[in-house]
Amino acid sequence: MDSFKPLSALLGGSLIGASAALLLLLNGRIAGISGILGGLLASPSRETGWRAAFLAGLVLAPLVYAGSGGSLPAVAVDASFPLLVVAGLLVGFGARLGAGCTSGHGVCGIGRGSRRSLIATGTFMAVAILTVLVTRHLLGA
Amino acid sequence: MAKTVSAFAVGLLFGIGLLVSGMANPAKVLAFLDVTGRWDPSLAFVMAGAVAVSAAGYRVARRRGRPVLAPRLEIPTRRDLDPSLLVGAALFGVGWGLVGLCPGPALTILSVVPAPAATFVAAMAVGMLMFRLVPPATSNPKAGRGADA
Repeated sequence: MDSFKPLSALLGGSLIGASAALLLLLNGRIAGISGILGGLLASPSRETGWRAAFLAGLVLAPLVYAGSGGSLPAVAVDASFPLLVVAGLLVGFGARLGAGCTSGHGVCGIGRGSRRSLIATGTFMAVAILTVLVTRHLLGA
Repeated sequence: MAKTVSAFAVGLLFGIGLLVSGMANPAKVLAFLDVTGRWDPSLAFVMAGAVAVSAAGYRVARRRGRPVLAPRLEIPTRRDLDPSLLVGAALFGVGWGLVGLCPGPALTILSVVPAPAATFVAAMAVGMLMFRLVPPATSNPKAGRGADA
């Protein structure tokens, strides 16, 4: 497990925030990943092009980052196949029902002082903390 | 065309931010959520940095009024708290807490850990498509779906 790295966390977070700011300043759109992906999965529209391009940038980021000399951080996924499927279904469905995810509500929504986003973020953070408490400490998984 | 190019560059920046911050690593996300275990507070710094810069960008965007490449800003205007928002966020929280992955990091690590990331992303896409089967009455009939993000 990585140790506590406040500086790279703050720097990386600022890059995420800069990305959200630039998408708003340039394209006038909110950088909510679940909204962008969910929109892309709907029928094609005038929004399809930029959504696909944004997600392509996201997917290619590790290659560009490593290619330009950055050392990729450790990425560890311990979850079993069924757990990945269940979690993926919940995240996809929940993000659409709740109209946003960590980026749309957490970064963009809180950034503009939205009450809905503040409450959504508080809710999913609290529930995620409880979920980890139950799975790691009460069930001992 | 310019909008597509800028979206690509901005998506790239978002992904690099996730990698640099540690947010792309599910083990680190779970360590942040594990407040009663060996708590790693890093992600609070990620959120602080991201929200601060995003908030500054929002203020500039509002003052300018018109985005550089688009006719207007598309910013959610809803203020009501409906059950969908809370139930959706809660379901999202369970999924996030089970594996430590949310949509952005899952897409970003597709090339780093292809098998688990692709499994999660495929299930996530199915979950998003399942949402389209939910009758509008339990969703947001007025403002449209996915209105906040």
